[in-house]
Amino acid sequence: METIGTLIIAKYNYWAVVVLIAIGLYAMIAKKNLVKKIIGMNIFQTAIILFYVSIGAKRGATLPIIEHGHGESTHMVHAADYINPLPHVLMLTAIVVSVATLGVALALAMRIYFHYGTLEEDEIQKKIIGDEPDKIDSSG
Amino acid sequence: MGGMTEHLPAIIVAVPLLAALIVTVVWWFNDRLCFPLSVAAGLVVCGASANLFQKVLTQGVIEYRLGGWPPPVGIVFRVDHLNGLILVVVTLVAFLNLVASRRSAEKEFRDKVGAFYALFLLFITGLFGILITGDAFNLFVLLEIASLTGYALIGIGSGRASLSGLNYLLMGTIGASLYLFGVGILYVLTGSLNMVDIAGILPNLWPSSAIVLAFLLCMGGLFVKMALFPLHAWLPNAYTHAPSVVSSLVAPLTTKVMIYAMMRVALTVFTFDFAFNQIAVRGPILWLAILAIVGGSLMALSQRRLKKMLAYIVVAEVGYMVGGFWLGNKAGMSGAVLHIINDAVMTLCVFLAAAAITIRTGDDRLSSLRGMFKRMPLTMAVMVLGGLSLIGVPPTCGFFSKWYLISGGIEAGHLGFVMALIISSLVNVVLFFRCFEIGYFEPFMRGGEPHSAPVEPGYGAPTVQEAPVEMLFALLTTALLLLLLGLFSGQIVTRVIHQALPAVLG
Repeated sequence: METIGTLIIAKYNYWAVVVLIAIGLYAMIAKKNLVKKIIGMNIFQTAIILFYVSIGAKRGATLPIIEHGHGESTHMVHAADYINPLPHVLMLTAIVVSVATLGVALALAMRIYFHYGTLEEDEIQKKIIGDEPDKIDSSG
Repeated sequence: MGGMTEHLPAIIVAVPLLAALIVTVVWWFNDRLCFPLSVAAGLVVCGASANLFQKVLTQGVIEYRLGGWPPPVGIVFRVDHLNGLILVVVTLVAFLNLVASRRSAEKEFRDKVGAFYALFLLFITGLFGILITGDAFNLFVLLEIASLTGYALIGIGSGRASLSGLNYLLMGTIGASLYLFGVGILYVLTGSLNMVDIAGILPNLWPSSAIVLAFLLCMGGLFVKMALFPLHAWLPNAYTHAPSVVSSLVAPLTTKVMIYAMMRVALTVFTFDFAFNQIAVRGPILWLAILAIVGGSLMALSQRRLKKMLAYIVVAEVGYMVGGFWLGNKAGMSGAVLHIINDAVMTLCVFLAAAAITIRTGDDRLSSLRGMFKRMPLTMAVMVLGGLSLIGVPPTCGFFSKWYLISGGIEAGHLGFVMALIISSLVNVVLFFRCFEIGYFEPFMRGGEPHSAPVEPGYGAPTVQEAPVEMLFALLTTALLLLLLGLFSGQIVTRVIHQALPAVLG
């Protein structure tokens, strides 16, 4: 029991990521409302972003801004004193991607709402079958 | 010009990106300029990719450092025989599609023509970027550029298009996020994002369950994006409900470029030795490919709409390429790479023909093909050629890649894969000959009733009403390409594809 406990506590950031991914996937698969699905997608993306951000952190380290950095060639830089900025910078791009995805998703959801008058997937499915009775197929 | 050719890899991505911006601005003033501007950008990119391929053939691998930063720190574009070849075909397919889209775009988008062309250019920017980047994280960003514009292009369509687009978006985002997660684990392990650099560090860390997890996440993500069988659910609806010019752009290119990405990640990042010898994923993936081939073919049989039938054929074709690659021998891999370029052209051919028919009939139900051979003889002739190529009849290019795939399957002793290929070819025969039969023998219908006797003089017999000139040009060029790729397939394989395969295969 103690080993499992330490495993969870020592790697709590990974567990947070796994739990968030599970929540996101659950919402995307199990929820019938399209906006809830989109929120699930966003939680899923945020979990990955959290993963990247957490791996850049170090215990006792500070912001990666080098004091006396200019012109002092003798000044030693210990990488261990600074958090790794690279994953954080990568996530700036990933956040932009996820915001753009969210925007496109919401725009599509609006179009769906204007067309079907609802965002509930089962009601939309009923309307589709009602509209095109000869085009029902297994794939939905 | 000496200075310019050095920057060819950057030009291939920068030109369509900037053109998208210019088109968006110009659209406000004069929407007639959007088409010529996009075509000009397409021409530049085609020229640049041909030039780049020529350079790769003479000089070997080209590495372009963005901003002059050296590899492990900076982002590099890396062009070798594999992506050089695919790049030439992808730029050509995109260009032909662009030319063909003119009338159809005016008809289907009206006041949104500028948005269509801007999205079109951004979409191909993403695809070209995926093809030439040598950076694992950069690949994710470009993947999402191509996908986001793809969702928007599909969502522009009417009716169920936005619903299909949203489903595609949800699935596509899962795929991209899984890939990103995999890259994150690789970064934790190696501290690098450059593909070649990661490949140099990883073998020191074998065996490691973290590498296996990273591999599975990257592959799983790409499988979603390429619509490999159990993960294919988004594809048929998205491609069917999209505007027809969009389907003929997205269908030939997206899945092929994603399969290239799978090859690149498996071979360049994880290395051949890891992907085929260190972990036992080859067998399960091969069976997924077989399921994709058989399942896609069978579901295509039950469709009553031309575009949906073609979309299921795309699902089956993904199985061909994934299966061929994971056979892991020289013939299978050559067949998979050859099939990427052949299938891009074949799929363009049949989807363009479907788009031409949709323009004239306003409908893509199989029943609306009646009398089509008399009404659109050239379009249907090209469609026959595309169909024969998908079936695998020589001398069209489809025969040659299928030949390599089957001989790869026999060499690997994988009877299931060989059987699946043969079954799928037979199903394709049924699928296309059904279309041809409807088009050739069933009488032309007007208003749902077959006309046994002309109601008015010249009313019952269909008049020739061909596709718009631009579309016809693209269709005929595609048909020519099908034959040329077939005629030169021997040279393509020995001079290009064999150079691209891992050295272990000999």
